[in-house]
Amino acid sequence: MDRRSTVYARCILPVSDPAVHQYDIYHPFKKGFLEQDRYSYPMLKNRSVVSIDDVSKEDLTEIFETSDEMSRLLEQHKPLKIMDGKIMATLFYEPSTRTRLSFESAMNRLGGSVITVSDTGSSSISKGETLADTIRMTESYSDIIVIRHPMEGAAKLASRFSSKPVINAGDGSGQHPTQTLMDLYTIKKEKGRIDGLNIAMIGDLRYGRTVHSLLLALSRFDVSVTLVSPQILGIPEHILARVPDRTEITITDNLSDVLKKSDVFYVTRIQKERFTDQNEYQSVIGSYSVDEKAVSEMKEDAIIMHPLPRIDEISPEVDYSKKAAYFRQAANGVPVRMALVSTILG
Amino acid sequence: MEQTLKISKIREGTVIDHIPAGKAIKVLAILRIDEKGSQTVSVGIRVPSGRIGSKDVVKIEGRYLERFEVDKISLVAPEASISIVKNYEVVEKFIVEIPERVTGIIKCSNRNCITNSKEPVVSEFHVISKKPLILRCYYCERNMQEKEILNNL
Ligand SMILES: Nc1ncnc2c1ncn2[C@@H]1O[C@H](COP(=O)(O)OP(=O)(O)OP(=O)(O)O)[C@@H](O)[C@H]1O
Ligand SMILES: [Mg+2]
Ligand SMILES: [Zn+2]
Repeated sequence: MDRRSTVYARCILPVSDPAVHQYDIYHPFKKGFLEQDRYSYPMLKNRSVVSIDDVSKEDLTEIFETSDEMSRLLEQHKPLKIMDGKIMATLFYEPSTRTRLSFESAMNRLGGSVITVSDTGSSSISKGETLADTIRMTESYSDIIVIRHPMEGAAKLASRFSSKPVINAGDGSGQHPTQTLMDLYTIKKEKGRIDGLNIAMIGDLRYGRTVHSLLLALSRFDVSVTLVSPQILGIPEHILARVPDRTEITITDNLSDVLKKSDVFYVTRIQKERFTDQNEYQSVIGSYSVDEKAVSEMKEDAIIMHPLPRIDEISPEVDYSKKAAYFRQAANGVPVRMALVSTILG
Repeated sequence: MEQTLKISKIREGTVIDHIPAGKAIKVLAILRIDEKGSQTVSVGIRVPSGRIGSKDVVKIEGRYLERFEVDKISLVAPEASISIVKNYEVVEKFIVEIPERVTGIIKCSNRNCITNSKEPVVSEFHVISKKPLILRCYYCERNMQEKEILNNL
């Protein structure tokens, strides 16, 4: 199969099956194709993004460049017509503020429109309709579907029942690829590069799905990662098993081990509910939170990120440090999602 | 004299040989051979064998296996040989093979995986490694190791 028909076949597949692409169809970019081919045959066109693995390193470069472009366009405050006439359906089976708002804002900013189920509790969803049936209906009403669901694999299932591309906005403790895209974009934008960085991930590494996706995505770059958490909230074995050996990983339960050496501090929320003993929670939260004193020990050009909402993990006084990148990170959510949606539907 | 000859010959049926020692019980479970059955089944456990030291053998009178059963057996006994016996003679013999994709025959061990809900899909796994056996759920992307796989057959 030549590469053109490969890409064409990808677009017309009646039931999109990312696994087929991932495992069976050969990857044109790995073979050193001309740069211009990438732009005439974008990899992500008409494809679902369920897992960060669906986004190649080349796609990342393209999304980052497009995100820069989108930020510039947003600054001009002019209405855009890039997604004119296109409809995004958002299906949120789990509460979300940031992710949902930023997707809907992104689509509206692009000049497209959004349809949504305002209350999944009162729709047919709660009357026992299968997700598969909901998707079959939704795909006929829209051009792209964004889904958040409490069960792992839900977005993958949706992508199998939809001929329209599906974006995973979080599936249980599984993947949250657009969060990962904005995290990577933030690192790239703040630090100018991803390769060569020393990245510390701090807090709840067990249940926090953002760290799982981010760790897997970072392992495609030349980085060293330190995982900092209390033992009971350590990274799950099934995630660690997927990190290639060449990625340098250090595991510690002591935050002070990393303060001086890391370039990026990715702090996550430790949830009270994870602890049966509230005293233990209090002591844990104390040892994994970032305050002014911790910040003063960090490298001059270090950055602090957080997927938000933050509770006690970063003290409010840190917000005024230039190292505090978490609000800039959150603001990147819109241009990155604009870039992704326009790359898929463009 | 070969040890397996201790078991009486079957006229028509299937012989599953070269099962890792002690795994015959799993094979019987896969084939749903239990108190409700009617077929004659002979089982040899830890039969001395030149090739793999010691092995299990299962011989079933009057039954031929389905594809999905052979696939399941391959996960428990990746080197098992299956012989089809007709009129006391082996008429066909093959070695099981772990399929590239394991579809519909085991449950995902992740209880919160969408395949364990009422959705109209079957489980599906990619074989990440055959030795040791590691499967990855196509839906939730969790890896399953040998022990979990055997518990979810
Ligand atoms: N009529 C039969 N009844 C029961 N078992 C049989 C019968 N004929 C063959 N077998 C068994 O079926 C298996 C395959 O038979 P075959 O004659 O090919 O064995 P083999 O020479 O021991 O080969 P190998 O052990 O290398 O598979 C053996 O386990 C054998 O004991
Ligand atoms: Mg023999
Ligand atoms: Zn699964």
